[in-house]
Amino acid sequence: MHSEDEKVVEIRGVKKSFDENHVLRGVDLDLHKGENLVVLGKSGTGKSVLIKLMVGLLKQDEGTITILGKNTNNLKLKELNKLRLKIGFAFQASALYDSMTVRENLEFPLVRNVKNLTRKEINKKVEGLLDSVGLPKTINQMPAELSGGQKKRIGIARTLILEPEIMLYDEPTAGLDPTTCIDINNLINQVKEEYNTSSIVITHDLTCAKVTGDRMAVLIDGQFQAVGTFEEVFAQATNPRIKSFYDYNFIQ
Amino acid sequence: MSEKSENNKPVLTKKLDKFLTGLANAFRFVKRFFSEVWFPPYEFKEILRQCYEIGYRSLPLISLTGFIVGIVFTNQSRPSLSEFGATSWLPALISIAIIRAMGPLVTALIAAGKVGSSIGAEIGSMKVTEQIDAMEVSAINPFKYLVVSRTIATTLMIPILVLYTDFVALIGSFINVNQNELVSLSTFFVQVFEAVSFLDVFSSLIKSLVFGFTIGIVGCYKGYNSSNGTEGVGKAANASVVMSMFLIFIEELLALQIVNAIRYA
Repeated sequence: MHSEDEKVVEIRGVKKSFDENHVLRGVDLDLHKGENLVVLGKSGTGKSVLIKLMVGLLKQDEGTITILGKNTNNLKLKELNKLRLKIGFAFQASALYDSMTVRENLEFPLVRNVKNLTRKEINKKVEGLLDSVGLPKTINQMPAELSGGQKKRIGIARTLILEPEIMLYDEPTAGLDPTTCIDINNLINQVKEEYNTSSIVITHDLTCAKVTGDRMAVLIDGQFQAVGTFEEVFAQATNPRIKSFYDYNFIQ
Repeated sequence: MSEKSENNKPVLTKKLDKFLTGLANAFRFVKRFFSEVWFPPYEFKEILRQCYEIGYRSLPLISLTGFIVGIVFTNQSRPSLSEFGATSWLPALISIAIIRAMGPLVTALIAAGKVGSSIGAEIGSMKVTEQIDAMEVSAINPFKYLVVSRTIATTLMIPILVLYTDFVALIGSFINVNQNELVSLSTFFVQVFEAVSFLDVFSSLIKSLVFGFTIGIVGCYKGYNSSNGTEGVGKAANASVVMSMFLIFIEELLALQIVNAIRYA
């Protein structure tokens, strides 16, 4: 399924605190090329913090994060921005630009970062992406006119416009109805197949994890307590907190 | 140890710490503006859009306010002048008052309320909904796109709005003078131009540039540093207006001292 040798992300001993709240307490994690890695954990355990550290939105207190062979600790803003172009970040609340139409939302990162594109090329790319997320008719709509699921899809389409190698999904199914969750899970898998991305999916939704993840990593008390396939992590779980996490999602 | 000593600090010291930290952050924000404004990419399209929003969309409110200020100020000044039989000085008095102080001050205060709050709320809401983060992860400089463009737009538009307010206020004043003293339009404006000097207009415009910069940068600073969800957005909008108005009055006072020093040197 993925190349064991080729690691696109290596996280080593990462610690992050907010005042007295020690969120990450020495985290180690690898993302291999072509895999979907799901990071599970309760709300407030630092899952989103971890991916924000990866794109430089936050700075770790200790430890190293290496992405596509580059240690992000030592990068200047220009180099970090170059790296950011290879990483797609789908935000929990979609983060679509309110004052722009769907078309403008998708065009914005493209025209800013890719020079000398003709209007025809931009249109083709935008329309192609909207087709692939199944929302071609929303092109001239404003974000306020879209449903939660549609916003998530447009948010994912916007990240794909720069053809990233790595996708980071922050709670992609949070706040959505079950049917829309299935659509989003399918879209995450479709992105992996069509764009050949490696992804980290942050979620506390085990259905999403099971459907989209090649491997799971469970974050408890600021450290990964279990890493492996869904069956390895949950079927053979001895940690009562991991078991209770599974029971809560599937029994309740 | 250090956390304990932090908690043991007197309330006044904590407040002073907070004030000084805020001041340092504001200084860094302004410094960042001046370090980024000169270098590309220049956000011309966004600056033009903001000029339209800030300038054109403020015209109805500015027109109404300027017109009423002209009428009311003329009406209120008449009894004092008529006691000395000097109502013929009304155009000169009104024009000096409007061009030197009232035009820039009224325009800036209205813009602080209308434009400053809108900038604070817009950027604040972008901050809390992670739209600013979304720009950053797309390798777009949100400071340049949002802060530099808006601050340039307010700095350019407020002087233009001030000239417009001066004109509308003088028209309001003329209507009042015309009804009571039967002065013609040409006579009124001849008296206006005789009373007003180049220094009055020039200092008024320079002052307006500073007011415009203040409104833009304060709105952006408060919005850019907002937190705590929608409550934070409201607070950012409110703080933008209060802080802008406070600074505008301080700047007005300083400008008065500087211009008087030049005038009577």
